[in-house]
Amino acid sequence: MTWDVALILSIDGLASSAIYLLAGLGLVLIFSVTRVIFVPFGDIAAFSALTLAAFEAKKVPATIGLVGTLAALAVAAETISLIRQRAFARLPMAVAGWGVAPGIACALAWWAAGRDLSMPFAIGLTILLAMPMAPLVARLALKPIADASVLVLLIASLVLHFLLSGLGLLFFGPEGVRTQPLLGGSIAITDNFSVGLQVVLMVGAAAALSALFFLAFERTLAGKALRATAVNRVGARLVGIRPARTSLLAYGAASLLAGFVGVLISPVTTIYYDSGLLIGLKAFVAAIIGGLTSYPLTALGALAVGLVESFASFWSGALKDVIVFSLLIPVLILRSALSAHAEEEPEEIPS
Amino acid sequence: MRGLSRARLGLIGLVAVLAILPALAGNFTISLFNDIGLAALVVLGLVLLSGIGGTVSFGQAAFVGVAAYASAWFTLSLGFSPWLGLLFALAITGASALAIGVLTLRLGGPYLPMSTIAWGLSIALLFGNVEALGRHSGLSGIAPLALGPWKLVTSGSVYYLVWGLVGLAAAFSYCLLNSRIGRVIRALRGGSILLASVGADAGAVRLALFVLSALFAALAGWLYAHINRFVSPAPFSLHASIDYMFMMVSGGLAQLSGAVLGSGLVLLLKSALQDVLPLLTRRGSQIETLVFAVLFLLLLHHARAGVAGYLVRWQGELVRKPPDETSVDDDVPPLPRRALPVRGAPLLAAEGVTRNFGGLVAVNNVGFELRAGDILGLIGPNGAGKTTMFNLLSGTLPLSGGRIAFQGQDVTGKSQRSIARMGLARTFQHVKLRPQMSLLDNVALGAHARGRCGILQGGLALNRAEEARIFAEARRQLDRIGLGGREQELAGSLALGTQRLLEIARALATDPVLLILDEPAAGLRRQEKRDLADRLRRLRDEGITLLIVEHDMDFVMNLVDRLVVMNFGTKLFEGTPQEARADAGVRSAYLGHST
Amino acid sequence: MTVLLEIRDLHVAYGRVEAVRGISLELGAGQIVSVIGPNGAGKTTLLSAAIGLLPASGSVRFEGEEIGGLDVEARVERGLCLVPESRELFGEMSVQDNLRLGAYARRLPRRLLKERLDFVCTKFPRLAERRDQRADTLSGGERQMLALGRALMSGPRLLLLDEPSLGLAPLIVQEILSIVSRLRQEGVSILLVEQNAMAALEISDFGYVIESGEVDIRGPSDVLARDPRVFATYLGSME
Repeated sequence: MTWDVALILSIDGLASSAIYLLAGLGLVLIFSVTRVIFVPFGDIAAFSALTLAAFEAKKVPATIGLVGTLAALAVAAETISLIRQRAFARLPMAVAGWGVAPGIACALAWWAAGRDLSMPFAIGLTILLAMPMAPLVARLALKPIADASVLVLLIASLVLHFLLSGLGLLFFGPEGVRTQPLLGGSIAITDNFSVGLQVVLMVGAAAALSALFFLAFERTLAGKALRATAVNRVGARLVGIRPARTSLLAYGAASLLAGFVGVLISPVTTIYYDSGLLIGLKAFVAAIIGGLTSYPLTALGALAVGLVESFASFWSGALKDVIVFSLLIPVLILRSALSAHAEEEPEEIPS
Repeated sequence: MRGLSRARLGLIGLVAVLAILPALAGNFTISLFNDIGLAALVVLGLVLLSGIGGTVSFGQAAFVGVAAYASAWFTLSLGFSPWLGLLFALAITGASALAIGVLTLRLGGPYLPMSTIAWGLSIALLFGNVEALGRHSGLSGIAPLALGPWKLVTSGSVYYLVWGLVGLAAAFSYCLLNSRIGRVIRALRGGSILLASVGADAGAVRLALFVLSALFAALAGWLYAHINRFVSPAPFSLHASIDYMFMMVSGGLAQLSGAVLGSGLVLLLKSALQDVLPLLTRRGSQIETLVFAVLFLLLLHHARAGVAGYLVRWQGELVRKPPDETSVDDDVPPLPRRALPVRGAPLLAAEGVTRNFGGLVAVNNVGFELRAGDILGLIGPNGAGKTTMFNLLSGTLPLSGGRIAFQGQDVTGKSQRSIARMGLARTFQHVKLRPQMSLLDNVALGAHARGRCGILQGGLALNRAEEARIFAEARRQLDRIGLGGREQELAGSLALGTQRLLEIARALATDPVLLILDEPAAGLRRQEKRDLADRLRRLRDEGITLLIVEHDMDFVMNLVDRLVVMNFGTKLFEGTPQEARADAGVRSAYLGHST
Repeated sequence: MTVLLEIRDLHVAYGRVEAVRGISLELGAGQIVSVIGPNGAGKTTLLSAAIGLLPASGSVRFEGEEIGGLDVEARVERGLCLVPESRELFGEMSVQDNLRLGAYARRLPRRLLKERLDFVCTKFPRLAERRDQRADTLSGGERQMLALGRALMSGPRLLLLDEPSLGLAPLIVQEILSIVSRLRQEGVSILLVEQNAMAALEISDFGYVIESGEVDIRGPSDVLARDPRVFATYLGSME
């Protein structure tokens, strides 16, 4: 391996790291607030890529039907549960939140589809359509068992991934897509080495979004409420923070991130309806390096995963995924060794 | 018992139907039932490992794959017979499971199941990318099974082999669950601290269980390779593992019968959907995945106990009940007992015992001595460090400083398990019983360290004599603590006070020299407290030494010979109950100063 | 005197085990009422049920309204506030953020939030000094002060205090209890659960002694402080 090759691989790795960083942040956010390891994150990202491709091809994105169906089901579920509780006064809000809001996104997308859209507008619509997805699937599949053990939630989340990828095949079909790069061209660094502007954009966007994320957490009351729920659920309830509401916020924010992931990855990789699992699971490796709680460590993890994947693909393209997943086992062992001590203590400290 | 005979009848009916099926059904149905049998083998292992043992694995399909590929490669490339392939497949799968288990089984929280996803996925990806395993096109032309000149090529000819193996695996699992190791397996969810307190090694049993479940999967994989005579990566993917999990949950997590029921149910439904869906839509196979995912989610939402959960209510548990009252002979030789130390001899000595949690000193330089045949009370206000002291004495927590000697031996660095095996038994402040096990089973668990039979002896039912002795001992201890006649009740149905008594019976079944009790009187009514005090005095008279951590002062003051009072992690006072009541320091520690 | 909190025939069970067996108690506006009794008597369970953390049967009325069916958050919005034995602080967040979140249920405009923050900081000058420190780096006494301060940020009508003196050195206990006793001047009523019986009775108007999940003795605090039966519930009686 020459230095040039190593440099190219590193740049490639950096670009993937950007993707895993955003996905990892979303996963950590959801886990810390809801204790759900949200496997379908990658599916939502893949759907977002497929949506953008449809807009580009001047077709109606199948996402509209998907989101519409989910919203209809969510409204039905919410209505039934409110009627059972006899909380009729909350019905209008529920219908507006679960039905009308996603409906507006769908209607906008429907109106815009087939027209000549400017790239930023298409991207905006794509992300708008991605936004309701995680909250909707979580409302339907995970909220009824919100109090179950982490394990049951993990099983449900895995099943949810298979459900979504099944829906993806149904709605989007088996064809792969690749969208136009958002930025063409490249910057020459040495004579035989240059960096694509798309890569620069990916890394820049990831950095900017993470910074935004950090600010929202540190500076807004809603962000602090999210952190508080993650840090101490009982404490949060005692100051009047409703876990159901913070969960919704977490899923919404994560869905937004998934939308960005889809938009950023579709120009560099061909995305199929089921490409999400591998994206999501690799982001998991990053998130687990962060202990599913630490955002800075997750960022480091994302960097590690991106680089390992890139160099592994040079060594053996076929086995790069195996290598990345095998990386998880030493990481887990290290994690567990570090946390085993900490887990024991709170129980034993005399209160 | 009526419930039991119903279960027997159901089982006999099932076996009869399975036995005559080939005579009645066509080839398609028989091969469907072969598939069910293969799945049942895998799910049986999963029920043991996850449903009962509590270790969730998303990688069972990968083990099926390892065995299938191992035997396929072994017979194809080296030309050996499939029967040697079986041995090879079992060895390879067992070794991989052992390696993976040693590496990952100690992971806590959600990390363990996450790791099973990781290796499950990696192994399946490997199959598709290794040249010698045919990459994505797989290996074909695998030799069929043969009995002498008799080739088992048709689905009818392997049917009895498949179901025979399912039967053997089920019988093995059933006997295993009802053995000495089986009690540990059923108690694994209670945590390693509980198991260490009866001298059992939770980690070792969990590892053995993990390997066993992989071997069951390997059996299925080997059969799969030689029945279909073709292997490719697809059937061993993460998706397949989720299907096995679906079968387990729909059958009923913790039920052996659920393994057969669940795999039958899911595969029959799958086959029915494959018949019906194409009539309705062109996208039948896509809809099928959706239907299964939705069904699985609904199952998780509404009926986590699965089908067997409903059946159990109707038929009584399929786990064998221990022998009834009448079948216990008095001539069963009792388990060996250890010699008790002479009354008044030094038994337990704590010297300068200290424990820090980060910057906080929970126990600071505490020392006292306990003589054989005494009852010592350890008391103090909330937060005084009593529970920490308790955990230090029993070896549950390591010391930060000082030393502890038990029966003249330094036990300072020793594990909780080895201290328990030396004759120190304990109960728990937050009762640790297995609610789904009978009183008798819970107490029999206490006698774990006094038995010898391992997994093989248990699974092959070669443990009858020892089991009889263990159950006789468990009955004796239940009688001793006043719970005789209630052996078959479930521990979870007892009131809290009675649960504490049951813990004492379990501790007594370990044949202890020293019994340390954490708040035994909490939750008892007045009369029950008096009864308990009487029983504890009687235990002392029989030569057992007692250390009691307790809040109930009425109870302690009238029971113990001596008191150690702790406050803010230090020893405040040591003496008789009368002296303690008169002591100004003790009074203010309890009632507070006026400000 | 108007009744602020009225609990009638409250039962709380963990599975099959009843920890609170039909407790009734009353608290008037502006009062401090203490609930004392030995460990394991059901005091903490009583408070957890009153705030809604544990499901209970029986009636809990606050300012005349039945709140037994409401969730924790709705009770907090109505002006109840629990300072639990385990404090339940946001350990990884700063002292200031902990305090700000205390007012979460009030949705205060910036100016009012600032005012209240200043008010709490004057009450607990030690917290003001440690504004930017993480909550999990505080000492035991400071944590208790932060828990109290966070509760005061919500402008509660009724504070449910669970063992505020637990695990603290005597001098700090005095400091905290004197702050508690002065809170009533701010219009806060207090239901105080304490193991430190003498100190609790000293600052309260009325007391209930609880044993085995039932009210054993009740009476004005000064009377209870002299009652030998109170001593016996703690240190037992010789038969």
